[in-house]
Amino acid sequence: MNVLSRDWLLSEDPETRAQAKLGQFYRVVRALSRNPLAMVGLAIIIALLLVAAFASWIAPYSPFEGSLQNRLQPPSVAHWMGTDELGRDIYSRVIHGARITLMIVLLVAVIAAPLGLIVGAVSGYFGGWVDRVLMGVTDVFLSMPRLILALAFVAALGPGIENAVIAIAITAWPVYARIARAETLTFRTAEFIAAVQMQGASHARVIWRHVIPLCLSSTIVRVTLDMAGIILTAAGLGFLGLGAQPPMPEWGAMISRGRAFILDQWWVATMPGFAIVIVSLGFCLFGDGLRDVLDPKQKVKS
Amino acid sequence: MADALRRIGPFASRAAPLFWLVVTVAFTFLGLLAITFVIGRVVPIDPVLAVVGDRASRETYEAARLAMGLDDPMIVQFARYVLDVVQGDLGRSVGTGRPVAEDLARVFPATLEMATLGIIIGVVVGVPMGVIAAARQGTWIDQVIRVLGLAGYAIPAFWLGLVGLVIFYAKFRLVGGPGRIDIFMDGMVPVRTGLLLIDSLIAGDMRAFRSAFSHIVLPATILGFFSLAYIARMTRSFMLEQLGQEYIITARVKGAPERVIIWRHAFRPIRVQLITVIGLSYAGLLEGSVMIETVFSWPGIGNYLTTALLNADMNAVLGATLVIGAVFIGINKGSDLLYRLLDPRARA
Repeated sequence: MNVLSRDWLLSEDPETRAQAKLGQFYRVVRALSRNPLAMVGLAIIIALLLVAAFASWIAPYSPFEGSLQNRLQPPSVAHWMGTDELGRDIYSRVIHGARITLMIVLLVAVIAAPLGLIVGAVSGYFGGWVDRVLMGVTDVFLSMPRLILALAFVAALGPGIENAVIAIAITAWPVYARIARAETLTFRTAEFIAAVQMQGASHARVIWRHVIPLCLSSTIVRVTLDMAGIILTAAGLGFLGLGAQPPMPEWGAMISRGRAFILDQWWVATMPGFAIVIVSLGFCLFGDGLRDVLDPKQKVKS
Repeated sequence: MADALRRIGPFASRAAPLFWLVVTVAFTFLGLLAITFVIGRVVPIDPVLAVVGDRASRETYEAARLAMGLDDPMIVQFARYVLDVVQGDLGRSVGTGRPVAEDLARVFPATLEMATLGIIIGVVVGVPMGVIAAARQGTWIDQVIRVLGLAGYAIPAFWLGLVGLVIFYAKFRLVGGPGRIDIFMDGMVPVRTGLLLIDSLIAGDMRAFRSAFSHIVLPATILGFFSLAYIARMTRSFMLEQLGQEYIITARVKGAPERVIIWRHAFRPIRVQLITVIGLSYAGLLEGSVMIETVFSWPGIGNYLTTALLNADMNAVLGATLVIGAVFIGINKGSDLLYRLLDPRARA
C-alpha cells in the first residue's frame, strides 16, 4: 500500500505502531483544521514562533538603543508604534519581547506540567495515604489565589525573570496534578495495568510507561489553555516591576514604563498590551480547539 | 477515621461531612500559614540582618538571633508563628512603622468597596446575559458572550485599566482619575465603615458621594467586566443543561409561556449553582484588584501589597498575602458550604 496516503493513514487496522501513531496524528490535525477559530489561534502561535526566531531580522531598529531627540514620538510611518521615553522604537521592542514571552511560557510549561503529571499519576496510582497526602497538598495550593502566591514567592526570591518563572510554575502545577489523578483513577484497576504488574514491572515502570502516557493528552490540552493565564501573570509581574528587569523589552514591563506618560503619550503603554492580547487570544483559541478534539468529555461540561 | 465516626451512630454519620469540611478548611488555612512561613523564613533574606543592620558586631547579631528565637527548631518557630497570627500579630511593617494588622484593617475597606461594586456589576449584567444567551442560542447575544469570555481570558486587567483611563478620564473626562476621591475632599468624610460611598451618604455629603462615585466607577466596571465574562458563560452553560431536561419539554407541551419556562422552570434550579460561581468570581476579584489598584492608585490592600513588595517589606507582604489568601479561602469554602446546605441533591 502506498505509504503516507490518506487511506494508509486512516487505516482501521494499522500494521505498525508508527502507522497507528501517524494516523492518530493525522486525525487530530484534520479535525483541528475544520475549526476555523482554532486555525486562527494556530496561525497566531506560529507567527509568535517566527517573530521570536527572526526578531533581529524583522525589527527595523535596535530594541535597546534610540536617540533622545526622537523620544516620545507618536506613531508614524517611520515608527509605526511610536517611540518611548528613551527614543527607542516601540515596534522593534515589541518584536523582541516575543522572545521573552515565549521563553517564559515554555519554561513554565516545562517545569510545571511534568511536576503536576508525576504528582497526579503517583497519587492516583497508589491511592490510600499517598493519595490523601499528595492531594491534600495539591488542594491547599489550589485553594490559594495564584497571582498573590506568585507575588509572595517573587518577593522572597527577589525580582527577575528566572524567579518569576519559578514562582509561576510553583502556582501552576496543582491543576495538572488534579487532572492527571482524575485520569489515572479511570484506568487504575484496568486489566492492562494488572497485566503489566503481573509480568513483574516495578511501580515506577508502570507509572512511567503506562500511566503517564495516557494522562498526556488531557494535560497538554490544559497546558495550552493555561498559556494565556501564564502570559498574563508574567506580564503582571513585569508590570509590577518584579519580572523581567529593564532594559529588557518585556511587554508587561514596557506597559509599566509607559504608565508615567499614559495621559499624554498613550501609545507607549498601550502598544505592548495589544501584543499581549493577541498572543493570549491565540493560545485560548487553539487550546479550545485542541480540547474539542482531544478531550471531548470536557466540551459537554463547559 | 471516617469509619470510626460512622460506627458511633446516626447522628455522627450525618455530621460527618460537616466535620470533614471543618477539617479541610482548617488544613487549608494551616497550609496557607505554612506557605507564608516558608516564604518568610527559609528564603535567603536574613531576618536578623534586617533588624540589627549589616554593621552590627558578632555579639549583637547572635543576641538578636537568640532573642528572635531563630535558633529554635523549625517546627517550634512555625508553632510560634501560627500562635502569633491567630492572636492577630502579623509583625511590624518597615515601610509604615505600624503593626501590619493595623495597616491591613485600614486599607481593607477600600478593596472591599471596589470588589463588591465589581461583583454587583458582574451579577446584575452577567446573569441575565447568560440566561438570554441560552434561551436564544446562536443569536448575536450568544456570540457577544463568546467574545466576552475570550476577552476575559486574554486581556490583562492592568492594561485594560490604563486604556480605560486614557479614554474615559484623559480624553472625555467622564470619570474621576486615580485615587478614591478628588484630592481637595480627601479625608473630609468622617470614617464610619471605611466604605467611602456609604460614609459620605451617612455624612449627608452629596458632593463627596458624587466625587467618590466618579472615582470608583471605572475600576469597579473593569473588575466587573472580568467577573461578568465568567458569570455569563457559566450561567449560559447551566441554563443550556436545564433547558435540555425533559421537564422543560413537559412545560412546553402544557403550553407554558416561554418567559415562564425560562425564568420559573429553568432558572430556579440553577440559582444554587450560581452561588458557587459568584463566590468564586468574588474571591477572584479580590485577587484581581491587586493589579487594578496599582493602576488606579487605589489605597487598598493590593496597593499596600505592591508597595511593600517594592520595598522588600516582608512582614507587610506576608501579612497581606495571608489576609487575601484567608479571605479567598473563606469565600470559596463558604460558598461551597452554602451550596451543600441549599441544594437538596448535594445533601443526599
